[in-house]
Amino acid sequence: MARYLLLRALSLGLSLVVASVVIFALIEVIPGDPAAFMMGLNATEENLAALRAELGLDGSALDRYVVWITGMLTGDFGISYTYRVPVAELVLDRLWVSLPLAVYALTLSTLIAFPIGILAAATRGTATDYGIMGATQLGIAIPNFWFAMLLVLLFAVTLRWFSAGGFPGWDNPAAALKALTLPAVALALPQASILARVMRSALLETLDQDYIRTARAKGLSRAQAIRRHALRNALIPVLTIIGLQFSFLIAGAIIIENVFFLPGLGRLIFQGITQRDLIVVESVTMLLVFAVILVTFLVDLAYALVDPRLRRR
Amino acid sequence: MSRLPPALLIGAALSGVFLAVALLSLVWIPHPITGVSIATRLQPPSGTHWLGTDQLGRDLLSMLMVGAQTSIAVALIAVGIGVALGVPLGLAAAASRGSPLDEIIMRGNDLIFAFPSLVIAILITARYGPSATNAILAIGIFNIPVFARVARGGALPLWTLDYILAARTAGKGKLRISVEHVLPNLMNLLIVQATIQFSLGILAEAALSYVGLGAQPPTPSWGRMLAEAQTMIYTHPMLAVLPGLAIVLMVLGLNLMGDGLRDALDPRLRRGRG
Repeated sequence: MARYLLLRALSLGLSLVVASVVIFALIEVIPGDPAAFMMGLNATEENLAALRAELGLDGSALDRYVVWITGMLTGDFGISYTYRVPVAELVLDRLWVSLPLAVYALTLSTLIAFPIGILAAATRGTATDYGIMGATQLGIAIPNFWFAMLLVLLFAVTLRWFSAGGFPGWDNPAAALKALTLPAVALALPQASILARVMRSALLETLDQDYIRTARAKGLSRAQAIRRHALRNALIPVLTIIGLQFSFLIAGAIIIENVFFLPGLGRLIFQGITQRDLIVVESVTMLLVFAVILVTFLVDLAYALVDPRLRRR
Repeated sequence: MSRLPPALLIGAALSGVFLAVALLSLVWIPHPITGVSIATRLQPPSGTHWLGTDQLGRDLLSMLMVGAQTSIAVALIAVGIGVALGVPLGLAAAASRGSPLDEIIMRGNDLIFAFPSLVIAILITARYGPSATNAILAIGIFNIPVFARVARGGALPLWTLDYILAARTAGKGKLRISVEHVLPNLMNLLIVQATIQFSLGILAEAALSYVGLGAQPPTPSWGRMLAEAQTMIYTHPMLAVLPGLAIVLMVLGLNLMGDGLRDALDPRLRRGRG
């Protein structure tokens, strides 16, 4: 296990280094002057020189990379060119919208997907099963941002139960949660559809195993066998999928924030793009990629803890 | 040959309609969509404009038809990039199983998986500005590890089979065996995966255009039509409903086709379908 951990940790470190080099190269090293790009056509030579100095563009690419990456490691993500405040501050501020949104959506999708997936597996081959499978097929095909617009149309425009967007801040937790509800539902729909399908097929697979037949032979009902034996084993693939879905959850959150005008990391990135604030874009994407790589790593570890057979691979 | 799964027929019919519409729009659309006509803006459906007109007076049906072109072209080329680069990488990894080459290819794959299409598109757009080409690149790059993984996973068990051993004894090299004996046996897997990636590509293209990272005006795209309709959702909800419906039906068709193809092409699944 120690050897496995060490190897995985090494590969995690290597992935992070390569990922950071790719991001840095795409933003800063490719031909063209980032300073000129950021300031646009009306830049004076003086301002350009000042920005170049601020970005450290006079140094070599390697020097700049080292400065950037040591900064990232010590929590110094640079100063935003448009906001004139530390990027770390902006990120921390926005994280209080994006992170709760992601957690909210993940909770919702799990709460929806588990019972539905289990019900479909338990009623395999019946009308209920086909109905659920049809609904999840539709759920996968619906773009979450369009579903979000439909939710706005129904609950904000027609019924007026929710506001169509914006975020009141966490001073009033109830209002904040309410503002995140429609976005979280929109984000949870495709996730829940995929998860329910995985839950169903994982459960069906375990239900075919011999130990389930033994449990049934001992007199357990089908429901009891599912609850006591099959469910626990079916959870392994389901948890893996939840982990792998993390990157899609992040990408989805970035898009959904735009539908509801939520001041989260997604809005920050897109404002960075329109305002050509490369410092913000570079550091925030690095953080997102870091989060995805870290979660994948943790899922791998959890998997190895649960299933010792995998450690030998 | 047993009877084809109904999912395959329904899915193929749905996707076929969209493909036909996209092809038709290359030679004919009900109304030209290049000009702005304020006089005819935001009209309800009528005999002249079957689905009405948008905020610039353009015929909505014509916009949707040309939008299908954009979606299909972007997703299809992205699948092409994934197949062209991913399949050879996967075959090479399988042929040299356990070697450093295999390890590098697979770790590289893991790394690309950490860059969702959206993040790639953000990075390219931040530096080069938005375009449909960015969307193709972003989705295509993300497709590479998908196809590499499928090709490697499918090829590994084949390498242990007798007929491959026979080919090796006959003196064929790994490259030749991969091309002549392994690849043909992976076709089913790859066709199914291509259908899935095609449908994911349609969704991704719509999302990228929606947030402004994809096709730029005046090229019509379903995602951007939705973004433009969002501000008018209070007064003209149909403008926001119809492009979304087009995306859903196209994606649903491709997904059903993928599922149907998997069932039709894999005899083992045919029995155990539940």
